[in-house]
Amino acid sequence: MATTIERSTTSGDGAPRPPRDYTRGSERPVGGFELWMWLFMRISGIVLLVLALGHTLIMHLPSGGVDRVDFGFVATRWASPFWRSWDWMLLTLALIHGINGLRNITLDYVRKPGTRFAANMVFYVLGFTLFVLGTIIVVTFDPSNWPPVA
Amino acid sequence: MASRLRKKQKDDFGTAYRGHEGQWSWMFHRITGVAVILFLFAHVVDTAVIGWGPEAYDRVTEAYKNPAVHVLELGLVLAVLYHSINGMKVTLIDFFPSLAGHIKVVGRTSAIVFVVSAAIVTGIMTKQIIDLL
Repeated sequence: MATTIERSTTSGDGAPRPPRDYTRGSERPVGGFELWMWLFMRISGIVLLVLALGHTLIMHLPSGGVDRVDFGFVATRWASPFWRSWDWMLLTLALIHGINGLRNITLDYVRKPGTRFAANMVFYVLGFTLFVLGTIIVVTFDPSNWPPVA
Repeated sequence: MASRLRKKQKDDFGTAYRGHEGQWSWMFHRITGVAVILFLFAHVVDTAVIGWGPEAYDRVTEAYKNPAVHVLELGLVLAVLYHSINGMKVTLIDFFPSLAGHIKVVGRTSAIVFVVSAAIVTGIMTKQIIDLL
């Protein structure tokens, strides 16, 4: 895991930075893993614009918002492979996008390498656990395990 | 204002932009991003409870159906909305660098899109809160 990050205009350990050219947009990593993550954040962001914003608007705005959500609502919704796939892709992309965002924030604010490593490991383990939990539920959920009470 | 912020800033650690265009949207983007990922952690768990049956799941979703939680919910929806719109602004500028020359226009357009859509969302969700009272 790289603890340093190459940025096009950063000079590193507290040395004065060269003046930034603000007409050139935000800093982009020069190459390697960080450049791929930079690209991933933007591509997944475009997909999440549909998946996450769509999910948020659909669930919170029409006909009473989340007040209509209960077991029956989810059972009906997940009867459709379309919504199961939507939710699983949303789970996956949002976790990676969000945890990489947290990692980026630790690069800015957590300066001790050991502390930063520990913080990032907590995020990775939590993210992976939630990914596994969410995947198991969204794939295996079967409402017929709980027949309706007569 | 930009120059005042620049003078005050002895160390620019953690404050890219240093008072230039984009300083505030950069900060709001971080705050809303952290808020949304923290909610996502909780939301994966509360949704996973459905694997334990209707009784357990309905007990969990019941927690979301009260006016105080609806106020937090409005905050969450606004955070997702802001992060989406500002994220698209950032992506557009990064993929079409010539837009950076019109940063003020792009920034204001994105702010206006957010304010208008936020007003609509707030209107709809405030009605839900009032209906619950």
